[in-house]
Amino acid sequence: MSMAEGLGQVGSGAALELRGVTKMFGALAAIADVTMTVRPGERRAVLGSNGAGKTTLFNCVTGDFLPTSGSIRLFGEDVTAFPAHERIRRGLRRTYQISLLFGGLSVADNVYLACRGVSRGRFSLLRPRRGDALQAQADELIEAVRLTAARDTMVSDLSYGQQRQLEIALALAGAPRFILFDEPAAGLSPTERAELIKILTGLPEHIGYIIIEHDMDVALRVAESVTMMHNGRVFKEGTPAEIEDDAEVQELYLGGGHG
Amino acid sequence: MAVIERQPAEPYWVERIPAPVWAVGFLLLIMPAVANDFVLFQVFGWTFILGMIALSLMFLAGYGGMVSLIQMSVAALAGYMVAIFGPSGVEALSLFLPWYVYIPVAVVIATIGGALVGALAVRTEGIYTIMITLAIASAFFYFTRQNYGIFNGYTGFNLVVPPQLFGVDWRQPVPFYYLTLGMAALSWLVVVYVSRSPFGLALQGVRDNPRRMAALGFNVTAHRIAAYAFASVIAAFGGILLVWQNAQISPGTAGIPAVIDILVIAVVGGLKRPIGPFIGALIYVLLRSFAPDALSAFGLSTERFKLLIGLGFLLIVFFSPDGVLGLWERWRARRASKADPLRGGSR
Repeated sequence: MSMAEGLGQVGSGAALELRGVTKMFGALAAIADVTMTVRPGERRAVLGSNGAGKTTLFNCVTGDFLPTSGSIRLFGEDVTAFPAHERIRRGLRRTYQISLLFGGLSVADNVYLACRGVSRGRFSLLRPRRGDALQAQADELIEAVRLTAARDTMVSDLSYGQQRQLEIALALAGAPRFILFDEPAAGLSPTERAELIKILTGLPEHIGYIIIEHDMDVALRVAESVTMMHNGRVFKEGTPAEIEDDAEVQELYLGGGHG
Repeated sequence: MAVIERQPAEPYWVERIPAPVWAVGFLLLIMPAVANDFVLFQVFGWTFILGMIALSLMFLAGYGGMVSLIQMSVAALAGYMVAIFGPSGVEALSLFLPWYVYIPVAVVIATIGGALVGALAVRTEGIYTIMITLAIASAFFYFTRQNYGIFNGYTGFNLVVPPQLFGVDWRQPVPFYYLTLGMAALSWLVVVYVSRSPFGLALQGVRDNPRRMAALGFNVTAHRIAAYAFASVIAAFGGILLVWQNAQISPGTAGIPAVIDILVIAVVGGLKRPIGPFIGALIYVLLRSFAPDALSAFGLSTERFKLLIGLGFLLIVFFSPDGVLGLWERWRARRASKADPLRGGSR
């Protein structure tokens, strides 16, 4: 186990620190006793087969679910009992495995809302003026994920790949410090995958992230450290090279029919 | 040529108002020249008032995805407050304060009431929101009927009339017509404007995907409660006009049939746009006003007018779940696709 490694970093200003996090669904532990520390700016991949508890882990970190036990610290602050929006306002962001977008609004409105969510004036009854700083910010993000041509398209009319790009734009809005990417490459074409890798590796250095990815090639190219999960528990931690060479991992994950 | 700073593609806001809005606005403005007192006061006055109360429901349901049955009760609460704080025929209970006190007090109390109901209802979804607001609406009805100390029980308040401001009797048909038209137009404009403000956009985000809104940093619960408060302000003004029009208010004003009628009006008109509730209200008022005459012309009992309203509702909901507005939009889409033979049926 990598407990010793995790314990060694307590109080050292980690971006994200999980201690003994458990989430029960009835009698089933979706994740059990997960302890993990991620430095600010660190880029980590979480690997594991279906049902290993990867998405549940994300849901506990963002506050979509409250963990059954254990504690979660975000940039040194205990956020275990915080509602989702309070964690987001502290610099945490996430994307969803199945795109969660606002189908009745345009691309520009979606990104504008994401920028608005972490700024003041969320309840403002006044329409934004032309040249509003947040709108400029939104346009930059739309440009960054290459959706400028679809700026005024309703989200329900976007292609699947475009929706995935918009997912990422929403997570980059405001001033993110740490992002959770939940299978951003799922269902993308090889070209779109290459684009995604470019977007991820091109993020400013201070932004750390955890990425859940089934595609080893993508995961190992965008991450500097890897956590393997199995049956809701942390199974191995290490560098991409260590994980790739690990006999147990090979047997469990690479060898054992994934796909 | 002189340098034009404004980009040519960008029209002034006046130019962006579509022609039908100009036409309807003009027609409504000159209406008193052609219509009689009954049409002005009873048909249009009532249409504008019911339209405002239904508009408050449209705002919650169309933009927020929350079907609230409390809007009529909020309107009635404001009406009661006008009768209690202002003048009425029940001298033992009314306080006879001046209008610049009782109108704001009525709006504030109704808004707080609506927001409180919202705070109870926003943690529920769909049918449960309908049930909880319906339960509170019927509780309000029975409370007003049984409470004599404040609400004067079964009788309610009579002789509740608007103040004689600027030397005008606002209950005369023409002034009342313009008063209700002005308030309805203002509410409509405010809702149209707010729908594109950060608050309105965020509300539509909450409707489409509350979980994602939380993951963007929005406090979904607070946003929904704020939407109830906003809608309550519109309903409150509608309620004040309603008590002035009837010159009385009693528990039946917010009885269960009246509560349901607001839902019917909003659904029949269409929940997608702020103009829908006014169309629904006009249809409802026309049916209420003229169905008895139509029935007796066919030798049927005039008591059956509710049957006609019910049938009309059934027909519209059956053929167009998104109301009259939905019918209109589909008709326009079909006409547009016919007019363009190259693109054919592609919208």
